[in-house]
Amino acid sequence: MARRRIGARIGLFTCHVVLMAGAVVMVAPMLWMFVTAFKTQAEIAIWPPVFLPQHWTLENFTGAFRTAPFGRFFLNSLMIAVITTLSVMLTSLVAGAVFAKYRFPGRPLLFGLVMATAIVPFEAYMIPLYLQLVGLGWVNTYAGIILPYLFMAFGIFLMRQHVSSSIPTELLEAGRVDGAGEWWLLARVIAPLSGNALAAVGIFAFIQGWGIFIWPLLIANDQMLFNMELGLTAFQFAFSADIGKLMAGSVVSVVPMLLVFLLLRRRIIENMALTGVKG
Amino acid sequence: MASDTGLRRFLRRRRITLFCYAALLPVLALFLYVRIVPIGFSLMLSFHRWNLLSPKRPYVGFENYLNLLEDENFWLALKNTSIFSFSTVALSTCIALPLALFLARRSRFSAFYQTLYFLPVITPMVPVSIAWKWIYDYNYGALNYGLSLLGLPAVGWLTEPETALWALVIMGVWKVLGYNMVLFLVGIRNIPAEYMEAASLDGASDWQRFWRVTLPLLRPILLYVLVTSTINAFNVFTQVYVMTLGSQSAPGQAVRMLVFDIYTNGFQFFRMGYASAEAVILTLIVLGLTLIQFTVARNKAKEG
Repeated sequence: MARRRIGARIGLFTCHVVLMAGAVVMVAPMLWMFVTAFKTQAEIAIWPPVFLPQHWTLENFTGAFRTAPFGRFFLNSLMIAVITTLSVMLTSLVAGAVFAKYRFPGRPLLFGLVMATAIVPFEAYMIPLYLQLVGLGWVNTYAGIILPYLFMAFGIFLMRQHVSSSIPTELLEAGRVDGAGEWWLLARVIAPLSGNALAAVGIFAFIQGWGIFIWPLLIANDQMLFNMELGLTAFQFAFSADIGKLMAGSVVSVVPMLLVFLLLRRRIIENMALTGVKG
Repeated sequence: MASDTGLRRFLRRRRITLFCYAALLPVLALFLYVRIVPIGFSLMLSFHRWNLLSPKRPYVGFENYLNLLEDENFWLALKNTSIFSFSTVALSTCIALPLALFLARRSRFSAFYQTLYFLPVITPMVPVSIAWKWIYDYNYGALNYGLSLLGLPAVGWLTEPETALWALVIMGVWKVLGYNMVLFLVGIRNIPAEYMEAASLDGASDWQRFWRVTLPLLRPILLYVLVTSTINAFNVFTQVYVMTLGSQSAPGQAVRMLVFDIYTNGFQFFRMGYASAEAVILTLIVLGLTLIQFTVARNKAKEG
């Protein structure tokens, strides 16, 4: 018995060591990026490399913002993420609720179509979509960048699941008896009762909206329209030797996501896990 | 009286149906325009030859597809993408599963570890690619410094054809590991404790319990993780673009991936039909993988 307990202790200790080692590997690249961003040019080129900067400097940040309009890129990213998030939340709520609580001709077909096409990768139809927007004259416009991300099939699915499983139909019926219209029910009954699910959808949309890359790469040629991701890439090609500034720009692009994650980490992890498991 | 309620019901019905269509109209219009139309357009273009500028768009039947079959770049891209996808998925699964098993035991620190492992999952791809490119740097990279400490020679991680693909795989594993781990962890925690206790009472060792109880019950999630991460991996683009283009670029061919090939054919050579045929093939691969998931899941459900 005693031997078993010691064995279990050693087992737990080994688990801990392995998990810790893994965690270090997970965090190291990001940490390396952060400390490099605060090093001087000379310190970056030192061999053997030192981990912490000896002279912390903000020069890379000011330098990066001087060389490229990172402020503009940042605001573009923020705007794209916020607008797409709001739109995805609204469209998911409306479409999810309608698909969950109403019977109407064509419902199975429409919902099936939305779900079935969700697995077609965006990369597989981005060329024709680009051509369509050329026809509209929306190349090099914010509208063109944002358009494909205004709704999310997965968000509609998530909201439908939520509304059909946790909002009782009787509640809506009671509202109708009292003379409430459908729009009123949607805004005043379904929406307030869907806070958690809506937040989950919003988080997914925000993470996606902040990180979009291949579509802006096609549709935005004017530097003033670049988001952080695109701006960083362009900056990298132009100043690939200037590691300090490059890392500073990367830090600026990562920090908002880190803040969102640290504030909402429990909810994000749970949502991702649950939606994956249910999916 | 009877006909009056009938009429009222009819009017109510019609009002609700109208509401449904009115509510769905904006979403469906958008959906039609940014998804259905381009998917159809893509399929249509794949049977035509078109260079974007020419007013003519001749129908060429399966010519684009036949040409693809003889295109070395396409096969190379397909091979690289497959190697990348299957290696990333296999490695990340094999590492994530034991980690999840460990975490399921040490529940006290579980939240802490989950947070750290999940960090790469939520960070955007471009800055992360830039950071990894610096880590892989031949002269000043942290990885080569580590090798030098072990007395090993420096490796041109992204610049040598033999290692470039594997450098991408390592980074790919790093990026998705936390996601897979959290999914497995939820799956393991959902296994009823009685099963484990029953197995223990029957004298099953840890190892036996893993193979006989945990793994079979985890199969639906395992399958889900395998298929979704393979699909995601097949669409790999951003990190390849950021890490291997531009100055100090990698041997382009060694890391040529499907989406990159589509991008090049479409937007550098303006072979719209050809690129579309390639996109259709990518879609078929993804569809095939999804079908496999559904069939396997259904068969398992029947057996169970």
